[in-house]
Amino acid sequence: MVTSIQILFIIIAGITLGCALMVVTSRNLVHSALWLVAALFGVAIVFAILQAGFLAVVQVVIYIGAIAVLIIFAIMLTRRIAQDIGPRFNENWAWALAVALVAFVALGWMLASQPVAHTPLVPLDTRVDPVVLLGAALVSKYMLPFELASVLLLAALIGAIVVAWEKK
Amino acid sequence: MIPLSWYLIFAAGLFSIGLFGVLARKNAIAILMGIELMLNAVNINLVAFWRYREPAGIAGQVFAVIVFAVAAAEVAVALALFISVYRRRNTIAADQIDLMKW
Repeated sequence: MVTSIQILFIIIAGITLGCALMVVTSRNLVHSALWLVAALFGVAIVFAILQAGFLAVVQVVIYIGAIAVLIIFAIMLTRRIAQDIGPRFNENWAWALAVALVAFVALGWMLASQPVAHTPLVPLDTRVDPVVLLGAALVSKYMLPFELASVLLLAALIGAIVVAWEKK
Repeated sequence: MIPLSWYLIFAAGLFSIGLFGVLARKNAIAILMGIELMLNAVNINLVAFWRYREPAGIAGQVFAVIVFAVAAAEVAVALALFISVYRRRNTIAADQIDLMKW
């Protein structure tokens, strides 16, 4: 019996994987970046299906709103080679394809054959909002990793400015 | 109900496509996009395991949030590096940036 949510998941997963394939195969980098936006949006929908609403929103805001736009900026700034004149793959692409296929089969088989993969889905406790839970966890139990992430972001910010600085 | 294994196989597919992009593409920005796909696959696994295994504890979502932060930091630094390299060497094809190769 295939339910409507399963059909929805299959469609979303198929579209996302198709977009991901276009990201790695398209010749024009700008097209690649736009396919990446579509793939990231598909992942956001998967988060929503998993009832992780906050992460779905964060995915759209950070990944599509910041990271994808940053990548498009970088492509524009290195525009002369954006068309990818010449081959877009290096000479080892056949090996890369083999490694990727082996990784897919091994990962898929290994993960799906575990008894863990047949855990039934329990409905979420409606009395506690996962967003409230996440917010509380980030400032209590997981405060140190949270603060470390902010330090990392600050370091990356300063590092990016220093690296890209054009010395006169 | 969607079985957990579907999410795992979907994430494995996304990860492998990203891996192919990282290994096969010439352009450094394309390699970076492959890494983004791989990080997203990891996030899907984390959130799926959170939802199915441990919905009361929120650790899976916290981990995904940290991965978001690391991905943002990584993209910022990597793109700054690419722009700096492009300015000096006029290329960002990964096989032509061989300054440190002897």
